[in-house]
Amino acid sequence: MAILQVEDIRKTFGKTPVLENISFDLDEGEALAIIGSSGSGKTTLLRCLNFLEKPDGGKITVRGETLFDAADPATQREREVRRKRLHFGMVFQSFHLFPQYTALDNVTLAGKLLAREREDYKARKKEIFAQIEDEGRALLARMGLSDRAGHYPHQLSGGQQQRVAIARALALHPDILCFDEPTSALDPELTGEVLKVIRALADQRTTMIIVTHEMAFARDVAERAIFMDGGVIVEQGPARELIEHPREERTRQFLSRYAQH
Amino acid sequence: MFWTVTRTLLEGFGTTVQIFALTLVFALPLGLVVAAGSMSKWAPFRGLGRADSPAWIKALASLRPISALVDLVVWVIRGTPLMLQLYVMFYVPGMVTGTNPWGSGAQGRITATLVAFVINYACYFSVIYRGGIQGVPQGQREAGEVLGMTRGQIFFKVTLLQMVKRVVPPMSNEIITLVKDTSLANTIGVVELIRAGETFRTNGGLIWPFFYTAVFYLAFVGLLTILFNLLEKKLSYFRV
Repeated sequence: MAILQVEDIRKTFGKTPVLENISFDLDEGEALAIIGSSGSGKTTLLRCLNFLEKPDGGKITVRGETLFDAADPATQREREVRRKRLHFGMVFQSFHLFPQYTALDNVTLAGKLLAREREDYKARKKEIFAQIEDEGRALLARMGLSDRAGHYPHQLSGGQQQRVAIARALALHPDILCFDEPTSALDPELTGEVLKVIRALADQRTTMIIVTHEMAFARDVAERAIFMDGGVIVEQGPARELIEHPREERTRQFLSRYAQH
Repeated sequence: MFWTVTRTLLEGFGTTVQIFALTLVFALPLGLVVAAGSMSKWAPFRGLGRADSPAWIKALASLRPISALVDLVVWVIRGTPLMLQLYVMFYVPGMVTGTNPWGSGAQGRITATLVAFVINYACYFSVIYRGGIQGVPQGQREAGEVLGMTRGQIFFKVTLLQMVKRVVPPMSNEIITLVKDTSLANTIGVVELIRAGETFRTNGGLIWPFFYTAVFYLAFVGLLTILFNLLEKKLSYFRV
């Protein structure tokens, strides 16, 4: 049973279609790479999954629960969106860390705010916060950032910032972690440390969707891959096969540009 | 003589500080309301627009009446001299109604001054606020959203402090200008610092009390500058 089912997602901006007939499944513990040139709709697709954009058509199901169905207004109530989007974690291309909080506070802020909605919040506030902070520290440690917990974002390198952002996304235990070109804002040296962390997450069977331009990384880390072009899925299959032996001419064209350098 | 002048100037300075402080108390929050109005997306005729509609219907469909009205007011207020607004505020209501709504005496003149100043400064502040709000990257809000925060939490926990940090330098400029704009109240007969100094010229031909008033302005602005520097320093632990 797939943890995520995406069926026939459509999205247009004004009159321009940016996503058409997007359908795929994702199994628990699987890493899916989405590749394709800029403007092919990869980022919009991730934004639809995270409710940052509203699809014009289609259906999104997580663990059998319909989170969004364009044909069913009952699934589109504004006040339920907040709970639904917690199924997904999102790591942005340009990090979007909160500059006024330390690394640790960036990781724990949302958890502490969500804890307010717990019934035992008032009675056990200290205990709950201590637990959230312990978890936050443990997450930063997993990212290799134990000694950076008290640093503010501007005191961290881009690679460190992105790792804090990954810890922040993991802190709410999402079912599916989405990466939107997580290394595109980093120089090659810093790219490596972020990819290493994502690779470790894949080894721990974290369910992930990774939009990336790092072909070798996608091939080695992801089980499956999707190639998008012009808002449609041109080809999908096992990552290694798709990247090394693409079936479609358009996929071959796209990948040949990466082989050259 | 020096002490007589000092005492009179201090009285005038008291009025100056009163106008300054009360203008801030009301204009700072009102500016936020004006900024919100200016950014209002309410478009009641939105539904009318079709791809093949005539141009005037499309224009009507994209009309945001609150935003347009607020922008018109801000244009008029920023586009005319504060002194003119002061005259209008003080004299016109009385000419229209036949009675002086501001009441007689010094306090009435101060009230009229305050109303004119609050409107004027709220408009200037609103533009600064709007810049501060729109200057916070969209990504900050989106990061809060995907972390399940409510709109209120995103505003108070994420964007507000970044906005404050952005607006402190331009706001300090405006607020320092306000200190000196209080002297315009002189033109409708409020005995503020400048008018207090002028009494010694008209009654005794003394010029030096004018220079003495400058000391008061300089000391006051100096104090404000120190306060703003402290605030900027306090917010310097992060960068936006």
